[in-house]
Amino acid sequence: MKKTILAVDDSRTMREMIRAALESADFEVALAEDGEDGLSALERTEPDGIVTDINMPRLDGFGFIEKVREQEAYRTTPILVLSTESGPELKQRAREGGATGWIVKPFDRDKLVSVLDRLIG
Amino acid sequence: MELDERQKSDGGKEIVSFRLGEEEFGVEIMSVREIRGWSKATPLPHSPPYVRGVINLRGAVLPVIDLNQRFGEAPSDPSSRHVVIVVQVENAQFGLLVDAVSDILHVTQEDLQDTPDVATGETRAFIRHLVALDDRMIRLIALESIFTPMTAEAA
Amino acid sequence: MDPMEEIRQTFFTECEELLEALEAGLLSIHDGTHDEETVNVVFRAVHSIKGGAGAFELDALVRFAHGFETTLDEVRSGRLEPGEDVVATLLRSADVLSDLFAAYRDGAVPAEDTAQSLLVELSTLSGAPAPAPAAAPPADDGGFAPVPLALDLEAPAFEPVPLDLGGGDDADAADEAASPLRHYAIRFRPKKDLYRRGGEPTLLLRALDALGELDVAVTGIDAADPAALDPEEPCAEWLIGLKTAADRADIEEVFEFVSDDSDLSIEALLGLEEPQAPQAPQAQEAPASAAPAPEREAVPPPAEAQAEQAAPEPEAASASPAPSQSEGQSKPVVAPKATVRVDLDRVDRLINLVGELVINQAMLTQCVEDSGPMNREVATGLEEFHQLTREIQESVMAIRTQPVKPLLQRMSRIVRESASATGKSVRLRTEGEATEIDKTVLERLADPLTHMIRNAVDHGLESPEKRLEAGKSEEGTVRLTAAHRSGRVVIEVADDGAGINRERVRQIAVDKGLIAADAQLTENEIDNLLFMPGFSTAKEVSNLSGRGVGMDVVKKAIQALGGRIAITSSPGRGTTFSISLPLTLAVLDGMLVRIDDHTVVLPLTAIIETFKLQGGELHRLGQGGHVLSVRGEFVPLVDIGSELGFRDRVEDYEEAVILLIQTEEGVRAAFVADGIDDQQQVVIKGLEDNYGTIEGVAAATILGDGRIALILDADNLVERAALPPGETSAAA
Repeated sequence: MKKTILAVDDSRTMREMIRAALESADFEVALAEDGEDGLSALERTEPDGIVTDINMPRLDGFGFIEKVREQEAYRTTPILVLSTESGPELKQRAREGGATGWIVKPFDRDKLVSVLDRLIG
Repeated sequence: MELDERQKSDGGKEIVSFRLGEEEFGVEIMSVREIRGWSKATPLPHSPPYVRGVINLRGAVLPVIDLNQRFGEAPSDPSSRHVVIVVQVENAQFGLLVDAVSDILHVTQEDLQDTPDVATGETRAFIRHLVALDDRMIRLIALESIFTPMTAEAA
Repeated sequence: MDPMEEIRQTFFTECEELLEALEAGLLSIHDGTHDEETVNVVFRAVHSIKGGAGAFELDALVRFAHGFETTLDEVRSGRLEPGEDVVATLLRSADVLSDLFAAYRDGAVPAEDTAQSLLVELSTLSGAPAPAPAAAPPADDGGFAPVPLALDLEAPAFEPVPLDLGGGDDADAADEAASPLRHYAIRFRPKKDLYRRGGEPTLLLRALDALGELDVAVTGIDAADPAALDPEEPCAEWLIGLKTAADRADIEEVFEFVSDDSDLSIEALLGLEEPQAPQAPQAQEAPASAAPAPEREAVPPPAEAQAEQAAPEPEAASASPAPSQSEGQSKPVVAPKATVRVDLDRVDRLINLVGELVINQAMLTQCVEDSGPMNREVATGLEEFHQLTREIQESVMAIRTQPVKPLLQRMSRIVRESASATGKSVRLRTEGEATEIDKTVLERLADPLTHMIRNAVDHGLESPEKRLEAGKSEEGTVRLTAAHRSGRVVIEVADDGAGINRERVRQIAVDKGLIAADAQLTENEIDNLLFMPGFSTAKEVSNLSGRGVGMDVVKKAIQALGGRIAITSSPGRGTTFSISLPLTLAVLDGMLVRIDDHTVVLPLTAIIETFKLQGGELHRLGQGGHVLSVRGEFVPLVDIGSELGFRDRVEDYEEAVILLIQTEEGVRAAFVADGIDDQQQVVIKGLEDNYGTIEGVAAATILGDGRIALILDADNLVERAALPPGETSAAA
């Protein structure tokens, strides 16, 4: 069965890039435009893994990750941050919220895919 | 697909043949979009006499050419028995008003003959080839010489 | 299309939207009408542009966006007050960002001079060093570095990575070339957080398995006790033997994201790997020491960590800026409307199909009516069908319409540029940004509107000195408004300048031979001279609205969109240009007019009134020509039937129907027809593709009975009806 990845990013360009990368690796891809949108997409898409941006309107990546982790069903779902930021303090903050990993944009397609493969199986 | 195969194999083509008075003509089937019955056309101002007007082809505005008149003959007196062959030349579509469609023929490259000099200049310009099949002679029409959309300057 | 190319196009489209949002946000900060979220929106716009530009290696854009973003971050964090000067710099930066973007989009080489000097300004504001021009991307670690794709492979996971046990990567690489099988002993002890963050040891094992031959033992738990496998209480430790051709870096990569959440050691055995790992832990060493996690120990999470999580978000969070007075109120977080992006071709196809549906519905109704008396159900059903069809048509048409907001916003830049070029102080006020109009109309409006705005700043407004003399404020105002008015969109450009100097306009027109020296013109007629080809009021052609482009070009462009332009001016108080446009190019309100058995359509906008001809109003003029007296004014009679070649000129106009027409130029004429059938909205069908253009005919449409009717070009018909020269038409 195909694994579903929920990609959350407020940039349409980024969403399309992530979608293209993941679909080419045979993932099912669901998209959301910000944290709030991502939360409401959880139920609908039941993702096996989540890729999220940090800087987003309404609910940013940090808040999104925390809210996801609050839900029993997603306590252990891998969440990968995909961000142009790379500051250690930001990464630490994401980790504390429950993020599984952090990849710096612009991302390398193969890297993203191999990480997800490893995290999701 | 089948058509393409055969065209490739002997360099021939399929043509739709039709009658205009006593004479038989043909157009390449690749140019034909559809064949439909005649319906009254809306005349266009300042148009050449052989343009009967425009008809509604499923929402598109299609000019119809009276082929007989285009060849310098008398205008047709179209009835419901008359037929419009809708053809496409490059990006434009237009209809040819003819008496009746005869059949679809397969002709090979060898069947195609150049138009002899006896034909008058104008007719020659319209006829690309002659096709001799048994005792029939079919005049293969050069569609682009029949009609092309006019720019503002030309109109 | 190549998928990357497609995404690139998406990026360009998105970029345009982001630039609009950026400018709108900055303008509202400038006007003081912003709220907390505005700064975030502005920041995110630049941030997203940077992100996308990075993906496509648009380096100049990345560089500039980065500097811009850094300054915006200062504003966002409240460290930099967005005063007038700061916002002015930010606005100019938005313009430069827009220029850089446009250069890339159009495949040009971006000019970076302005960008570079602005970057210096920006860095002065932010206190961060300005990046070097076009040099290699800065290798700083502190914040964002525009990382090219290749570098990204090495982008660290969570930092610091405690995996590196001192092994030389170069040696690894050399070894790998030979690809000998190496043996590693890996000890891996997950902490609780590993599970909490979605790590999964079995998947890691599987990834290792993919690298080579695996030998796994679990210690530290009683494997027979299922409770011990509870992920909340991790006390298991894996001892893994791996025989692989892969090198250490490959193994480390497997543990990339879990290294901080576990105790891990990777040890090369049998001396096959390069000599290293001096501090490699002994097998039974306490696991915690192997992972020098700087922040805290793993299990259980200290209370301090939880407290920190619950604490208010630190300053870097975008969603919650520094607490402010409005904290008590609930934040007005408005969910953006969900949208889909659709290829315009698809929409147009839908519009065509709906056009078909409308026609089909009309034909069906007529068929049923023709076939005899209808029973009630059928009649009701048909009526509902009619209603539905109408609603579908309107809804589909609405898809093509868009708010004029971005267009109006774009004009603020034009005002800024024109103002600074002319040394005037100008404020642009916009109204009616939500007014919607057809996308194509909107796009084609940009050029004429730009010109009108420049014209207003350049010629409409006086110099600051003159304004002061006239008792006005130094700052001039250009008002740009959009509104729906009786089924059309009206856009007005109004300045509060000196008004048109009619004396001078008249003199110029005389000098240029546009009018006779003794011509008697009304004020309105003088104002309309501005629209005459070749007219330019500027004594010296200014570098903005000059270049030989006059208002006549603007007028042509507006007319090409089925619009009209009018001018009003009042001395000392300003000039207003008013454009009226159809909502859509796809349909038109028309009057169905009968001439013999022909039906033609006249655009309703061209018709002033209709009436039956009474005797005595008609006067012969010249050979076969007639003029009609309408309330004391003589207008030429146009026999459209003969003009279109449908019939010979009629001699007896008794009982004929007259349609009083006014052209875009304000010229009037009386069209003669046999009758008026109906007044309805018709779907416009072009003739150009299959036939070409026809004098006097604008397009065609399909009537309810399936027949085609021609839509007439009233202006062209009036022109063609070239009157007998002399007394009649000029003054209306």
